Amino acid sequence: MPSYQDILEQKRAAVREVDVRQSARMYEEGAVLIDVREQDEVDQGIIPGAMHIPRGYLEMRIEEAVRDHETPLVIYCAGGVRSVFGAEALTELGYRDVVSMAGGFSGWKAAGLPWRHPQALTPDQRRRYSRHLLIPEVGELGQQKLLDASVLLVGAGGLGSPAALYLAAAGVGTLGIVDADVVDDSNLQRQIVHTTERIGMSKVESARLAVEALNPDVNVITHETRLDKENVLDLFARYDVILDGTDNFATRYLINDATVLLNKPNVHGSIFRFEGQATTFIPHEGPCYRCLFPTPPPPELAPSCAEAGVLGLLPGTIGMIQATETAKLILGIGTPLVGRLLTYDALEMEFRELQLSRDPQCPMCGPDAPTTLDDIEYTDVGCLIPALAVH
Amino acid sequence: MSTDDGIHVLIPTPLRGFTGGEARVDVHGGTVGEALEALAVKFPGLGERLHDEDGQLRRFVNVFVNGQNVRDIAGTATELSPGDEIGIIPAMAGGDAS
Repeated sequence: MPSYQDILEQKRAAVREVDVRQSARMYEEGAVLIDVREQDEVDQGIIPGAMHIPRGYLEMRIEEAVRDHETPLVIYCAGGVRSVFGAEALTELGYRDVVSMAGGFSGWKAAGLPWRHPQALTPDQRRRYSRHLLIPEVGELGQQKLLDASVLLVGAGGLGSPAALYLAAAGVGTLGIVDADVVDDSNLQRQIVHTTERIGMSKVESARLAVEALNPDVNVITHETRLDKENVLDLFARYDVILDGTDNFATRYLINDATVLLNKPNVHGSIFRFEGQATTFIPHEGPCYRCLFPTPPPPELAPSCAEAGVLGLLPGTIGMIQATETAKLILGIGTPLVGRLLTYDALEMEFRELQLSRDPQCPMCGPDAPTTLDDIEYTDVGCLIPALAVH
Repeated sequence: MSTDDGIHVLIPTPLRGFTGGEARVDVHGGTVGEALEALAVKFPGLGERLHDEDGQLRRFVNVFVNGQNVRDIAGTATELSPGDEIGIIPAMAGGDAS
């Protein structure tokens, strides 16, 4: 039985190896550079213009990436070992001019040849996000993740306002905002993304102005529409995280069902007078909204929104919990509120945590769940607390 | 009115109209069902909000004991010990987009 060393020597003998300077010359003359390292290595730096195909996917993806078998290929990894195996595999696939770069990316860097972070921050961004760059859990890579992320805010109201401003300030690169309403003077007691001057303007446009004034890095996409069965899946598909800041049962169930079907995180918040709730639904990892409340209440048990009232400061707290959860999901740090419902009583100034578990028979994420929204009815039954609301 | 050997029931804001504004009410009961029954007797009108005509807990109301959903324990038969805390969590659609 040959040892690893034997096999490596055997492959080395069959593969042409060139040093980093020769590789650089070949690259200048039109060779394609293929980086076969893993994503976390590439995140630390890459040769500009190199194509990244991790070693494990090389055979599967190369023919799509480089169609012409005559194209000269320079394969590199971190130190020059994996690239030997990669070059050998590509030769076997019929590529005629394949070399392995001896010394790998570390040799390239040591020789002073050009490399870059995949997407480096600009000097302006370094200053703007300096307090993030100082936190090891965020740092430059984390900031880049935020800049690359896209978040959809459903509702530019009490919950969406603080979320929009802080996510924009934190540098979330793409913020979508869905709302069909216009700014009304009764909104301004709590919806801090809008201003007195912008009363009568569409809420999405008003929010866009606020976000762009705060951070020009953010690409704001406005959706001046109501979510419905027809538009929800296409709309959500473009975003990484959905933040539910809506105000009625029909939309909450629609958001839940669409995020389960698309397998996207749904960061949930709700408020009532002095009390708020927040949780993070990650489909199939934890419960969904229907695990907790399988169906909305009958209409006769749900009063209208306008009667409810809300302490103007309350949505700030809940919307910020949602925004914080969203940023954590993007950064991949900490412990999200998955399977935990956080309740907040502003009068008592008390936070409590309730354990939520998946319902094995859940109509939306259980075994008999539908695969489309076609047969689900979304009837608005008001915005408050079913069965429990006192008139 | 707080007693050390009672069950502490946290009343969500929309139900406080029934409890004279009280956020926390103490009752006695050996099970969740008994405690909720005691609550309903103490505060007329509250019972119908929590239970349907057949006396079943409404499906859009969740009841927690010390942070755990009773549906994951033994439902209304879940046993209680003095000092336990019952949380009543209604579905709150109330957000604030409008």
